[in-house]
Amino acid sequence: MSTAHDDKHGEGERRHDLGHGHGEAAGPVVLSVSDRHPRVRTIQVVRPRSEDSSFLAATAKGLGITLKHFARNFFLPMRKAQARSKAGAPTDDSWRNEIETVQYPEEKVTYPERFRGLHRLMLRDDGAVRCVACMCCPTVCPAHCITIIPEESENKGIEKRPAVFEIDELRCVVCGLCVEACPCDAIRMDTGEHARPVEDRADAIETKDSMMGRGIHSIAVQGGEGPDWRGHGVE
Amino acid sequence: MLVFQILDFPAVKWLFLVLALVMPLASLLTWAERRQSAMMQDRLGPNRANIGPIRLKGILHFVADALKMIFKEDFIPANVHKGLFALAPVLALAPVLIAFAIIPFGPTIYPHAITKVLDADALAAAAAGAQGAPNLADAIRMQILSIDFGLIYYFAVLTLANYGGTIAGWASYNKWALLGGLRSSSQMMSYEVAMGMSLMPMFLAYATLEPGALVLAQGSQPWNWGVIGWGQFAASGAGAGAVPGLFGALAMMGAFVLFFTAAIAETKRAPFDIPEGEPEIIGYFVEYSGIRWGMFFLAEFIEIVFISAVIATVFFGGWQVPFLDADGFRIGGELGLTGVSGGHVFAMKHGWVVALQFLAFGGKVVLLSMLQLLIRWTLPRFRADQLMNLGWKLLLPLALVNIMVTALIKLISLSMGS
Ligand code: SF4
Ligand code: SF4
Repeated sequence: MSTAHDDKHGEGERRHDLGHGHGEAAGPVVLSVSDRHPRVRTIQVVRPRSEDSSFLAATAKGLGITLKHFARNFFLPMRKAQARSKAGAPTDDSWRNEIETVQYPEEKVTYPERFRGLHRLMLRDDGAVRCVACMCCPTVCPAHCITIIPEESENKGIEKRPAVFEIDELRCVVCGLCVEACPCDAIRMDTGEHARPVEDRADAIETKDSMMGRGIHSIAVQGGEGPDWRGHGVE
Repeated sequence: MLVFQILDFPAVKWLFLVLALVMPLASLLTWAERRQSAMMQDRLGPNRANIGPIRLKGILHFVADALKMIFKEDFIPANVHKGLFALAPVLALAPVLIAFAIIPFGPTIYPHAITKVLDADALAAAAAGAQGAPNLADAIRMQILSIDFGLIYYFAVLTLANYGGTIAGWASYNKWALLGGLRSSSQMMSYEVAMGMSLMPMFLAYATLEPGALVLAQGSQPWNWGVIGWGQFAASGAGAGAVPGLFGALAMMGAFVLFFTAAIAETKRAPFDIPEGEPEIIGYFVEYSGIRWGMFFLAEFIEIVFISAVIATVFFGGWQVPFLDADGFRIGGELGLTGVSGGHVFAMKHGWVVALQFLAFGGKVVLLSMLQLLIRWTLPRFRADQLMNLGWKLLLPLALVNIMVTALIKLISLSMGS
């Protein structure tokens, strides 16, 4: 069942190669070159293998491959979620099925440690917000999505704190510059959570309360009351 | 009884066939195609459509699809020919549904004898009108039209489906649609010839064009089914009779491959989807949207079911279950004029036999449809010239040669048998 038209086509391409492939490193294998003219050569003709030039055999081969994949994915159990979440080559026996799809809401991949997720505001030991409203982060933010309205803190050692601290997660480009800019480890993006899907744009604005709700105590030393990193107040 | 006479009425049978078998199968195929292709490509495919907690691996996606298509805006572009534009999807869908009329999708049911074993003695008693014999009065024949020219009818009716695509292309007032329509008509014309010719050996071997009779002639022994056709060629008795049987089987397998190829080309799906060819031209339905497009889509899947049904009927014994005869499973036995007789029989009631045979037909159709999906998702698209070359220079001559070879073998086997 070899196909006449395909062979003819292949022949034409080979002649094409001969004309233009001259002098190039990659070309047909030259068996001998005429001593009269360098372009008159005997070359090794690459004929398509018979199993490739016949529709039937090639079709059967291709069907075998796809059927194998189908059977494998259909009958073998799914991979374990943790195994699938790891990128890279299969390492353990649970990688039996070829399907890598993660069923997102039910299964989640564990992100790398430095994944930048939703913002959070860190807390002092007494649970107050660590932010001193220094305005470094709104200044550096390339998306201008941080809104801070400062107010005076009752604690004279702290002086300022944010009355309003809002981040519009729809405008945030998740660059992490705010975290870099913060002098007192008050804002972090290490929650490992995505910005949530919302039905109203207004709902995408993270407020001080929602970000403090995700906050934890920082072990970094901060000014104001108690010991600070300069050593002041250390007994 | 009147009830059974109504059930035996062609329109009722057609409704039953279309609503209970064809539509569900075609709808499920739209889902199965996506799931199967996904699994072939190491993906999961659509598995999330659900009604509350009922998810069923995403089977409900076809419900969602149908709802979406029905409620989508029915957009008709300016400058289209309104009448033909509306007519084209109907023309594409209707012939496929009409063509189902010739498919024998089950054995003849004798509703009064469901609990009886219909062996040769019982049939003889019934024919003689003896006391206590099974009542065969109302027979429901599970074929809508049993006409002598059955398979010719199929070729004729499916040719009409051609007009759907061509008219859609013309009426759309769009160059791509017109190109697609022309491609579709040229492709269908070319492959119809090869398709008809590749079935001729079957007609020679089984001496009938009527699908119902073809199924009965194939009998319950798998080696007599169309794809092998042993019993039609091997002259009985003599040991040398196996030789024509062997060559006959080869010819029949050749006919199967040729017909299957041509039939896939008729469905206009990959690797023969040049009328649609998404990357180059969208095809004759480029201007269609909503449920009008859905009708083209549905017609395509119904065509898959139909081709599977034809192939199951002609080549794989239709509703026959291997080794299951009217009176139960049979081991051994002789193939005679009225079917297989003798041998060791495990008797079964008529009802069970019928149920198994229905299931067998459904199963064969499903498997063949899945085979078509497998082919569609494996092979890349032909170029237009390759397509024409394959049809005219390869399939048609091979089919013609196959007719002559089959005729020769049949002649030899007949002369050996006499
Ligand atoms: S991550 Fe970047 S864009 Fe987002 S709030 Fe911080 S600085 Fe602004
Ligand atoms: S979060 Fe950090 S950088 Fe931003 S205002 Fe507060 S203290 Fe300054």
